[in-house]
Amino acid sequence: MYATSGALDEKPSCTGTFSYTVCGMASPTSASIGLALRAVRTLAASDVLDRLGVRDGAERVLYRTTRDGFRAVGTAGRTFTAAKRAGRPARLKPTRSGLFDLTPTDEQQMLVEAFGEFAAKKLRPAALDADASAAPPKELLAQAEELGLTMLGVPEELGGAVEERSSVTAVLAAEALAHGDLGLAVAALAPTGVATALTLWGDADQQATYLPSFVEDTAPAAALAILEPRPLFDPFTLQTTARKTASGYELTGVKSLVPRGAEAELLIVAARLEGHGPALFLVEPAQVEGLSARPAPAMGVRAAGTADLKLEAVAVPDSALLGDGDPQVYAEAVRRARLAWCAVATGAAKAVVDHTIPYVNERTAFGEPISHRQSVAFAVSNMAIEAAGMRLATLRAAARADAGEDFAREVAVARHLCSEQGMFIGSEGVQLLGGAGYIKEHPVERWYRDLRAIGVMEGALLV
Amino acid sequence: MINLELPKKFGPLVGQAHQVATEVFRPISRQYDRDEHARPKELDMLAALVDGMNDGADLGGAGATGVRRTTGGDGENKNGSNMSTALSVMELCWGDVGLLLSMPRQGLGNAAIASVADDEQLKRFEGKWAAMAITEPEAGSDSAAIRTTATLDGDHYVLNGEKIYVTAGERADLVVVWATLDKSKGRAAIKSFVVERSNPGMILERLEHKLGIRASDTAAFRLENCRVPKENLLGSPEILDAKKSFAGVMQTFDNTRPLVAAMAVGLTRACLEETTRLVKEAGITVDWDRPAQSQPAAAAELLAMEADYEAARLLTLEAAWMADNGKPNSLQASMAKAKAGRTCVDVALRCVRLAGGVGYSEELLLEKWARDGKILDIFEGTQQIQLLIIARQLLGKTSAELR
Repeated sequence: MYATSGALDEKPSCTGTFSYTVCGMASPTSASIGLALRAVRTLAASDVLDRLGVRDGAERVLYRTTRDGFRAVGTAGRTFTAAKRAGRPARLKPTRSGLFDLTPTDEQQMLVEAFGEFAAKKLRPAALDADASAAPPKELLAQAEELGLTMLGVPEELGGAVEERSSVTAVLAAEALAHGDLGLAVAALAPTGVATALTLWGDADQQATYLPSFVEDTAPAAALAILEPRPLFDPFTLQTTARKTASGYELTGVKSLVPRGAEAELLIVAARLEGHGPALFLVEPAQVEGLSARPAPAMGVRAAGTADLKLEAVAVPDSALLGDGDPQVYAEAVRRARLAWCAVATGAAKAVVDHTIPYVNERTAFGEPISHRQSVAFAVSNMAIEAAGMRLATLRAAARADAGEDFAREVAVARHLCSEQGMFIGSEGVQLLGGAGYIKEHPVERWYRDLRAIGVMEGALLV
Repeated sequence: MINLELPKKFGPLVGQAHQVATEVFRPISRQYDRDEHARPKELDMLAALVDGMNDGADLGGAGATGVRRTTGGDGENKNGSNMSTALSVMELCWGDVGLLLSMPRQGLGNAAIASVADDEQLKRFEGKWAAMAITEPEAGSDSAAIRTTATLDGDHYVLNGEKIYVTAGERADLVVVWATLDKSKGRAAIKSFVVERSNPGMILERLEHKLGIRASDTAAFRLENCRVPKENLLGSPEILDAKKSFAGVMQTFDNTRPLVAAMAVGLTRACLEETTRLVKEAGITVDWDRPAQSQPAAAAELLAMEADYEAARLLTLEAAWMADNGKPNSLQASMAKAKAGRTCVDVALRCVRLAGGVGYSEELLLEKWARDGKILDIFEGTQQIQLLIIARQLLGKTSAELR
């Protein structure tokens, strides 16, 4: 099950009752389908949602974190069979549109509805326990894959779901999932980010080696590791180093708060390539020596099972370097990661607003609903205004990325808004619920903790 | 398909407006700030040019009349006159807000007429410059409390009352006056009447001396048995149920709030560009990739202001886009106005501080923009009124419950 099919002419097997039957499907016949989201088409035809909606009672195994220091990573993880592929790597086409438009495509709308329902029915109810145990329930992650989540990062010609660049789609999906729970959304989305990075910058061999595994029944636990544990961290000034050796590179340093880091099967690690600058390296935990992980539960995003990774002279082959070490590739990866955090922030911010409105309408004080007071009502207005603003800024950056336009400024301003206003919304949510907001009976205290991640986190996700 | 960039077809229009702002507004900006109440004659010729821009085929308008709604979209995405109007207003206010407000035929009264007039009235008042008279000494934000009365007498309504804060009231050809047909019937009885500026019953009391937008005249009127032809009542003369009727006159604001938001966006852009230039001369630029907290404080502040500008601008475009596509946008219009209004004040004042003595002195226009900008968080519904409108919609409250 964990073996990865290397050659591309080998279609992924069609086992697993609940899996997407990505194999054997006719390739898209109509170029008119703007975004050929095979996942969506399959979703529409299948009863996967219904089954997810009713299927219950499956034993959920909570993964208890151990706090006994760094342990070796990936001992039970999968190995990837290096594959060769002739020709050019698969790249997605940029998408452009002439007119200002805020309407998602039909495919995107279906996807948002599907993920939204999954988030409401599955993620939200599981969020409290996952936060407490600092680990995502494995069954939930499997269900997210059934919805085709990881396929969103993989081109159709490699068995995935997309044929055009789809940051906007990924942003909408992330927003919908994070509305259920930000931490679980991060756990589910991290592998998609790695797949997206491979699609954007992987060479033909790297794509052939890794991407097929992302459309299998169980996508690998994977994440982009950029953040390092120190104040005023700047992703363009890394302390993790990569030293060129005769047969490849040797990575040394510490990465922090990597989603599902302790069980990672594939990592993209940011390191300063000596004499060159920051670059990205593919690391297979099961294949290397010197990589260890320590569970690192944080203030929030705990459900993502964050872990710190220590790399001690980890040797990787020449083929591990992603995007030829191009500084532009690295800068774009940093921006796309920030964009992904903006996306989950918009979902969580909306969740806060949606939860606060009925509460202030129902809660009475001095003989009437507290929402009849301007101090309360205006706080709600301001939360909604800022939630709308940060969402539009996020979508603009994503659409520019899809169109192949420069989006450095747009990501920077979106990130500032999501960090400042997302936190404002999280804080006001707790404030308006008062004491009730401070206890775990309501999710707002968790959203407060989760939303502080925006502006802190670098890497981990990518759209 | 989601895209938040502007369509190419608006390029020439935006370029033209920007040129007007650069070549005409900016050079006379300081002069008319100093000579308050002097009529900027340079604008008369310009107005003709803007009229021409308005006639620009399906591109939609550049001026206040561009806000007329076409009801019901055919589902096809449109970028029409609401958006083009917002864009040209942004550019012109990048030049000078006071001068834009003094542009003949581009008054908020014109937007009101465009919003609620029937086709006959629209034709009759075409080419006229219309101001808007709502506020009274005892009725500001609470426009339902206005006391000016309109009494039917034969073929005329007779208006009596007092109106203040009438932008372009001295210079306009027409004034759209809000008055009540029956005080006991509350907001349902409030109607708007188009009054010729030459009407002897409308007496100019004074022109205000203001903090900013001094190029624009702000008039106070007394209405004394002011007789207005019956057919100058905009909309229906019937006193229907309060909700429908008042909503009708208030719909004007759904259309004009994005325009005022656009004014604020334009002014914010002006402040940011000027300050970015000044700070760069002092050796500081923003790095979009490096974390703000690792950059100089001035760079971090510029980044923060750019972020609020981005949100204000996109909310404004969203409101205009919804109007163009026949979507109800009352909520988004208020969000845009609230965010853009407070952002322009905040940004302008911070820019003055960043620029130091240079920013505070009359040498540059920064201090003037900081004075001009304040009105944009006040007129067409103050910040607080916008928050109230937004809250009532989000919380599902009536004006009796959430006051």
